Amino acid sequence: MLTETERREIEHEVQTLGHRRAACVEALKIVQAHRVWVDDEGLRDAAAAVGLTTAEMDNVATFYNGVFRRRIGRHAILVCESVSCFVCGCEKLFEHLKKRLAIDAGQTTADGRFTLVPICCLGCCDRGPAMVIGKDLHTDLTPEKVDLILERYS
Amino acid sequence: MTTTPLTQNIRPGREPLSLKEYEAAGGYQALRKAIKELSPTDVQTMVKDARLLGRGGAGFPTGLKWSFVPMGPDAPRPKYLLCNADEMEPGTFKDRLLIEGDPHQLVEGMIVASYAIQADVAFIFLRAQYDRGAERLRRAIAEAYSAGYLGKNILGTGFCLELQMHESAGRYICGEETALLNSLEGRRAIPRTKPPFPPVVGLWGKPTVVQNVETICNVPHIVNGGVSWYRALSRCEDGGTKIYGVSGKVNRPGAWELPLGGVTVRQLIEERAGGMRDGLKCRGVLPGGASTDFLVEQHFDTPMDFKSVAKAGSRLGTGTMIVLDDQTCPVGMVLNLTHFFATESCGWCTPCREGLPYMENMLRAIEEGRGEERDLAALEEHCRWLGPGMTFCPLAPGAVEPVQSALKYFRDDFERHVREKRCPWR
Ligand SMILES: Cc1cc2nc3c(=O)[nH]c(=O)nc-3n(C[C@H](O)[C@H](O)[C@H](O)COP(=O)(O)O)c2cc1C
Ligand code: SF4
Ligand code: FES
Repeated sequence: MLTETERREIEHEVQTLGHRRAACVEALKIVQAHRVWVDDEGLRDAAAAVGLTTAEMDNVATFYNGVFRRRIGRHAILVCESVSCFVCGCEKLFEHLKKRLAIDAGQTTADGRFTLVPICCLGCCDRGPAMVIGKDLHTDLTPEKVDLILERYS
Repeated sequence: MTTTPLTQNIRPGREPLSLKEYEAAGGYQALRKAIKELSPTDVQTMVKDARLLGRGGAGFPTGLKWSFVPMGPDAPRPKYLLCNADEMEPGTFKDRLLIEGDPHQLVEGMIVASYAIQADVAFIFLRAQYDRGAERLRRAIAEAYSAGYLGKNILGTGFCLELQMHESAGRYICGEETALLNSLEGRRAIPRTKPPFPPVVGLWGKPTVVQNVETICNVPHIVNGGVSWYRALSRCEDGGTKIYGVSGKVNRPGAWELPLGGVTVRQLIEERAGGMRDGLKCRGVLPGGASTDFLVEQHFDTPMDFKSVAKAGSRLGTGTMIVLDDQTCPVGMVLNLTHFFATESCGWCTPCREGLPYMENMLRAIEEGRGEERDLAALEEHCRWLGPGMTFCPLAPGAVEPVQSALKYFRDDFERHVREKRCPWR
């Protein structure tokens, strides 16, 4: 079941947008904000809240790369793997992250802290390599800098 | 008057202007002038005469697009204005500058543009991960509502406009204007058949104009400064300034507002970006983002305007160039680009869905030393099969642009990979 807060937030989006189904991405984001990822039950209930079938909702959910349909860690590390960051050495950085966290792309650390996600351009190509953790953008990264940054997330 | 209207209020590293500060700097004067002294058609005509070309990549004349919108009392309602702030093209970071740096400029531009086409509802479609921009836009929109610049009966003129923001859940194809419509309607972001074009049949079947962030930010300045002033800002037949950017291994990567066509590839790299880092050499550039053809040394004196870059065999695109240096493998770079496009293909049409991963595999084989001579011809063939007119939307034709030009200009590098059965850069 959706929590009271989730339900209220989704309904607010529906009212603002004026079309029920238009709120479906918002609904998914709301569920994800409260639960870290969108579980099957959350998907089903969010679908009902915006007047879609579960299948229609999953159709949308699996399209967008910001909707997590699998359990992830407490923090998703989104590392830019696009061209400007590539030119500036993001491959080495990614290798460093994999080693340091002892996981591969798409996996979650054993302590459930981090999930490592390669992502396309973060729109700060003049300051690459770059990554986003939560709402924080980290730029001009080096392996040393990354190590210090990771300490800040528990 | 200023020669850098779009960035005049931007103070790097500091909070953007508040409503009060923006007004003190002359903000919302264009809205007052447009809505009180000019008719919607007057504004449309000004924008057309100013020769403002779309800054989202395609360079379509903005005024012409607006003229397709049904006007008058019998026009279908509500009409929509959508700001395309999806900015996910790799190498592109100019709209971020405008959104974070001067959100009120974008809000004012949206109100004036909405007035010109008599839109009732406006949306900003903002890409995921632009959280700072989202926060600043939300504040600017709220301030504009409380000042009476948005909502019912704006400035007592009877004009009404609701402005909302949608934060995307991320997918490059959302930036394609008809995919964007589907995304806003809560569907998979798959492009729609054209015609009908969005200005006639768009969001929820109603007339809809989709415009890039930078394009919209130009609108208040055209109204304020007038057509001849605006046209004199540029160094080519089209009007205005352009936010140019450079990324890659240059000394000072960044973005600068300059006269449209008032800078060459070489000047951008040497004079703005401080030249190449640590004795590296520039081998080529993608002049306008990931989906533009490479330009090489012989083109470096090309002025960065729509016509000149097209004449050199590429596109101005978003105007944010990516530099390839001589220590970076061109095959690796093209593989990286093709991986992006293959991943971001929406999967709707077969040539793109199947063809791009196939190209990616061939490029990976070459990069890893498993390629064969005939792969180069096969890649070239794919560039034609995925080119303009062969797919449902321009994603695939854009994707093959860097590949086809790399095969032309960096042929030796491809052949060396095949011959030596390894990447010479690794
Ligand atoms: C795959 C694809 C992605 C696009 N992404 C963007 C984008 O992020 N921002 C943008 O303004 N235009 C983007 N465009 C171009 C839009 O379809 C459209 O032409 C543009 O928003 C029109 O605005 P303008 O005339 O002001 O440039 C994209 C096009 C394609 C084919
Ligand atoms: S060209 Fe690619 S992105 Fe465009 S509709 Fe076809 S599959 Fe989708
Ligand atoms: S390419 Fe990495 S932020 Fe744009």
